[in-house]
Amino acid sequence: MNILRAIGHVVLVFFRATGSLAVFAADAVSACVRPPIYWLLIVRQMMRIGYFSLPVVGLTAFFTGGVLALQIFIGSSRYGAETFVPQIVVLGITRELGPVIAGLMVAGRVAAAIAAEIGTMRVTEQIDALTTLSTNPVKYLVVPRLLAAVISMPILVAIADSIGVLGGYVVATESLNFNGTVYLRNTANFVTNQDVTSGLIKAAVFGFIIALMGCYHGFNSRGGAQGVGTATTNAVVSASILILAANYILTSVIFPH
Amino acid sequence: MARSATTPKVELRGVRKQFGRKVVLDGIDLTLDAGQSLVVIGGSGTGKSVMIKCVLGILRPDSGRIFVDGQEVTHLHGRAREAVLKKFGMLFQGSALFDSLPVWENVAFGLIQGHGVPRRKARDIAIEKLAKVGLGPDVAMLSPAELSGGMQKRVGLARAIAADPQIIFFDEPTTGLDPIMADVINGLIVSTVKDLGVSTLSITHDMASARKISSRIAMLYKGKIIWDGPTADIDNSGNPYVDQFIHGRAEGPIKMEVRR
Repeated sequence: MNILRAIGHVVLVFFRATGSLAVFAADAVSACVRPPIYWLLIVRQMMRIGYFSLPVVGLTAFFTGGVLALQIFIGSSRYGAETFVPQIVVLGITRELGPVIAGLMVAGRVAAAIAAEIGTMRVTEQIDALTTLSTNPVKYLVVPRLLAAVISMPILVAIADSIGVLGGYVVATESLNFNGTVYLRNTANFVTNQDVTSGLIKAAVFGFIIALMGCYHGFNSRGGAQGVGTATTNAVVSASILILAANYILTSVIFPH
Repeated sequence: MARSATTPKVELRGVRKQFGRKVVLDGIDLTLDAGQSLVVIGGSGTGKSVMIKCVLGILRPDSGRIFVDGQEVTHLHGRAREAVLKKFGMLFQGSALFDSLPVWENVAFGLIQGHGVPRRKARDIAIEKLAKVGLGPDVAMLSPAELSGGMQKRVGLARAIAADPQIIFFDEPTTGLDPIMADVINGLIVSTVKDLGVSTLSITHDMASARKISSRIAMLYKGKIIWDGPTADIDNSGNPYVDQFIHGRAEGPIKMEVRR
């Protein structure tokens, strides 16, 4: 009996959480298209979510590109196929690693910040105060973050893609004895529009996931400092897992075999 | 009790609310008449805040009906709810100031967002309202985090009255303040209420505050209003629960519940 009860409890909790998240997401998305839209807040959030994430995303993209070049070189040299390094680096960066690495870094940075900020506003009744001042908290707090993340992430990933390829280029030319001109020509000739746009579409979806998880967990935080801490952790963990799951689904939809 | 001929500003009829198995409000009947200052007293965790949040639409009652100026508001949402909320001002327990905005923008928030007043004009109104609660224009540019608890309460009061509401709710207006600052806030509440001619509903467990700011007191216990009468009668209520509460005795019919 106890096992059944435990299983039932887990199932109920799971469906309750999924349901409330779905309602929250639907509410937020529908608020995105109904006035008033707070443009100034969207721009401010784009600065926080996009611009200030540039250093951390740029650095991780650079080293990821570099290590990718190194590993592909080591692996492909077993078959004497070293010349394919630039092609595989650009494919890996634009299709998978650029959006995923940027997504995970921004999830750690931004989902945590959003959850902490909104969670604190929740436990100090600032969200209730918004309501009493005739302002819809979803429109004022959630919509700007959601739109800013969906707009900023593709731009961030486009930059991360370039820096990632640059990282591969630097490693290949400096320590693997590649010719720079040939490396760049091979990269440019090989990469297709679809490789890049698929990564940018993923980036927009990841941006949505990051902002949604931050806002959802912040909105539902309870019980003071500890509650806000839990909300922050849950936001980062759930955003990261959803990003990886969504990445698999998106890849299999965009590149059907 | 004779019902007054005019429509009450706020009326609750049989409002029930429970969280899980815990019944917080168990059929509350309460009216707030125009120009009245009603204080609801009751121990911590007796559902005073929940009652206020039900009226404001932050929480939805499970059953019962709520009227504002004779209009049923129980199930309003969206624009209709926002329109009703324009009649209200609310001072939160912890002031609930927006820490990302300077003081003046906190006070002007409802004017700018809810009423569409241009920012410059809203700012002038904010400074004028700050003066009403005894704060100079130099405070206007500060961030709420730079203010003491008492100052934050004053800013919260200025924000509550900024859009000229007809009804103001005070949630524990003196909690967390020293006795002198508490009395200053009580004095401000009394004088602003008199100036603006508004109706107020306060919840508190601070009896000194309750006596000073109210014309009528109601006591909430176990989700019900167990006593309701003029402030002058509170000492002769003949109700052992009320007596125990206003004298702050540990012994009596009210037993402390450890869990909420």
